Amino acid sequence: MNHSPAHPSQTDLSSDEVAFAQASQKARLRRRIMPVLGVASVLLLWAALVYWLKVPPFIAPSPQMVAVTLWDKSGLLWTNLVPTMIESVAGFLLGNLAAIVIATVFVHKKTLEEAFFPVVVVINTIPVVAKAPILVLLLGNGMEPKIAIAALICFFPTLVNMVRGLESVNPQAMELMRVLSASKREVFFKLRLPHSLPYLFSALKIAASTAVIGAIVGEWIGSTLGIGALIIQATYAFDSALLYATVIVGSCFSMSFFLLISLIERLALRQTSQQNS
Amino acid sequence: MASHDYAVSCQNVTVRFVTEERAVTALDDVSFTVPAGGFLTLLGPSGCGKSTLLRVVADLITPGSGTVEVLGKTAAQARMDRSLGFVFQDAALLPWRTALENVALPLEVGGGLKPSSRFTSPRDLLALVGLSGWEQSYPHQLSGGMRQRVAIARALLGGPRLLLMDEPFGALDEMTRDRLNEELRRIWAETGTSILFVTHSVYEAAYLGEQVLVLSPNPGRVVRQVTIDLPRERSLALRDTPHFVEIAAELRAMLGKVTP
Repeated sequence: MNHSPAHPSQTDLSSDEVAFAQASQKARLRRRIMPVLGVASVLLLWAALVYWLKVPPFIAPSPQMVAVTLWDKSGLLWTNLVPTMIESVAGFLLGNLAAIVIATVFVHKKTLEEAFFPVVVVINTIPVVAKAPILVLLLGNGMEPKIAIAALICFFPTLVNMVRGLESVNPQAMELMRVLSASKREVFFKLRLPHSLPYLFSALKIAASTAVIGAIVGEWIGSTLGIGALIIQATYAFDSALLYATVIVGSCFSMSFFLLISLIERLALRQTSQQNS
Repeated sequence: MASHDYAVSCQNVTVRFVTEERAVTALDDVSFTVPAGGFLTLLGPSGCGKSTLLRVVADLITPGSGTVEVLGKTAAQARMDRSLGFVFQDAALLPWRTALENVALPLEVGGGLKPSSRFTSPRDLLALVGLSGWEQSYPHQLSGGMRQRVAIARALLGGPRLLLMDEPFGALDEMTRDRLNEELRRIWAETGTSILFVTHSVYEAAYLGEQVLVLSPNPGRVVRQVTIDLPRERSLALRDTPHFVEIAAELRAMLGKVTP
């Protein structure tokens, strides 16, 4: 047999292998640089268009103006980001917790699932922008309606995924649990819950960005503070630079939230990721 | 013979399933026994209710009529006493647990093992099925045959006196299947556990079983319980002897009469 050893040491790399290592390093570098170049060229195009077409600042700002605004008004932006952060994270926690609990109840009480799942579906068909005024009337002008909207928007995808995750366990594994005389509680914690985690996390990743959308939409209606309120104020004041800066801050937060959940997912599902991907 | 001399004793067992369109009789008046320490294979075409019969013995399905006695107890009592081990067609391992953690599952649920149990070490059982050194591997890192070995080790934890196996090697390639057949005979001899083994392979049924229960389909009925006249020590080469071929032909002829 003349196959190469499993772990070649650095010294006996053939020239082919060296070339391969260099090529793959180059490919890695390329993957890093290309998106940066892409973003840079879009920014450049944006700046060029604003400059050549002499777009007035109340229609669209130049990227430099947005950068300056981000710096100059960082205090204002931060003050408005904090409530949005609190609302979306609170809504995220509340909505997903409710979804997980209700999914658990549905799995154990089929009659409740049959009776109330259609209700949940109907509530979900109401668009967020329509739900928002209803909740503002119900819950007033504080953070509560925004949290409620963010929670509602997270709730549905998580509920659906969690029910599917808890129910789609291998029927033979269920029979095994019965042969072992496992209690319902043991079946839940040893089998259903770990099985549902990949389903749960794919829902949580969606919820991480939709919760922020929910909070912002909530702030559009009768609010004076928050990213959503600032967007409305900047628009009516024709302060396009502030509008763009606000949007950028909002989406940066949304992105970080998503990345955080992805990171937690990777830590939680280290072993099963290969199995379920 | 007193009833506790049997590992399993089924008398006049009938099982009906009601589906949305019609009622199906899966088992019709089935009676058979497995002697203590015996190895009985259930052989029949698909639809003969052999998996159903195995689930009746495991207390996963309650028969409509008839009596089932497992080790002198009711099936439910035997299950709760952990007198049964079950090996499924699909290994049914939990993908987030290592091989060792999978074997240890019976320790963690249903009140764990009885104090008097034999085979209480998951590590020793993995060694028994030839998987020393694979304790920390996850199911997706193991081959199909290795996964089934883990499932067998898990079923043997606590030293059940009866092992129920539902076509455990059905999805494996022939070479792996042959090797596991040989090893299962060895495990049976080493552990002294009674085994009830479902298969649709004539060769597997004859090679593994001390006795073969031949079933006919639609509805599932017993054709005959045949005693296999082969030595206790069996190697795969045995399957090429004229005597084995004769036995297989006999079983096949019985199946031929019942399969349209």
